[in-house]
Amino acid sequence: MSALRRVVPYPLLFLALLAMWLLLQQSVAPGTLIFGALVALGGCWAMVALSPQPARIRRIGAAVRLAGRVFVDVFRSNLAVGTIVLGGEHRRTHSGFMTLRLELTNRYGLAVLAIVMTCTPGTLWVHYDPMRRTLLLHVLDLVDESEWVRLIKLRYETLLLEIFE
Amino acid sequence: MSGAPELPLWAALLVSFLVLAGAVITLIGAVGLLRLPDFYSRTHAPSLGATLGVGCILVGSMITFSVLQSRFLVHELLIATFVTITTPVTLMLLARAALYRDRVERTGSAPETDPEPTELR
Amino acid sequence: MSAMILAWSLTIAQILLGLAMACAAVRFTIGPRAQDRILGMDTFYINAMLLFLTIGIGSGRTLYFEAALVIGLLGFVATVALAKFLMRGEVIE
Repeated sequence: MSALRRVVPYPLLFLALLAMWLLLQQSVAPGTLIFGALVALGGCWAMVALSPQPARIRRIGAAVRLAGRVFVDVFRSNLAVGTIVLGGEHRRTHSGFMTLRLELTNRYGLAVLAIVMTCTPGTLWVHYDPMRRTLLLHVLDLVDESEWVRLIKLRYETLLLEIFE
Repeated sequence: MSGAPELPLWAALLVSFLVLAGAVITLIGAVGLLRLPDFYSRTHAPSLGATLGVGCILVGSMITFSVLQSRFLVHELLIATFVTITTPVTLMLLARAALYRDRVERTGSAPETDPEPTELR
Repeated sequence: MSAMILAWSLTIAQILLGLAMACAAVRFTIGPRAQDRILGMDTFYINAMLLFLTIGIGSGRTLYFEAALVIGLLGFVATVALAKFLMRGEVIE
């Protein structure tokens, strides 16, 4: 096990890179497999030099639930932003900045939250302050700040805390 | 006009619907880029095309090539993953650069300091 | 019959995506500030990528997929470099 660990330091990254290579080549011929494995090994060893913080996903179930919620919210928020764009003048002038306090401190958790916020149009991640643990957001439809705080904290952050901490 | 692949009817209808839906959503996003009043609002518009627009057209492309070559072809997932990871990076960098510039030049379109955190009630 | 339906809807989708690219190009031209222009350029790249994908569906060949991937990559790198430029005023530090 430890010998394998030494050759392939990041097994998941290795598999992901190999899958990417095979998808790009669109074949599973032996030659492609071997060359893909070499490329994936190179990527793994390059990653060792960067020595990233270890990421641990604790609850697979929570991750699946989060993916489901985000999938639904993508459609919902696309519809919301679409109606604002095509709507009248008064609908388009409610945007503004807001700040909220996050309990989440894990770097990977924050990265996933940033992706979620961007995938659901209408909220834009501007700046996270790690000292004050606050997040500056720009919201297109800023009528009620507490509505957005509830959405982010209850719908996403609780699940992210379960997954990463 | 000519040269479109001959698909079974169900696949052709499904792909047509997905591609048209993706194109319409992307167009709405691009129109938003023109209609919204200030820069920070406008940053929300392209993410319409980058999420559902890209998603619809990629699923349409996946169905086309899987049916055409009668094997499971999902190399479009690469573009989907790539766009999902890069869009937050570009928008975040752009928003921060704009915020920095607005604060340095005091244009008044961005708050000088962060607003007070809204607490969960 | 089915090829006809697909060809028509792909043509319409390509026209819509072309209009979207035109909107992005207008935002790129009128600005008013540098960040607006970069945002327009980023949208332009993503729409061009989608246009290539629809052309790829129409041709039935996976050749256009690679082109779309490269366009997406170039757009990402260009936007990040320009955003860094706005932040610091120099591209290479």
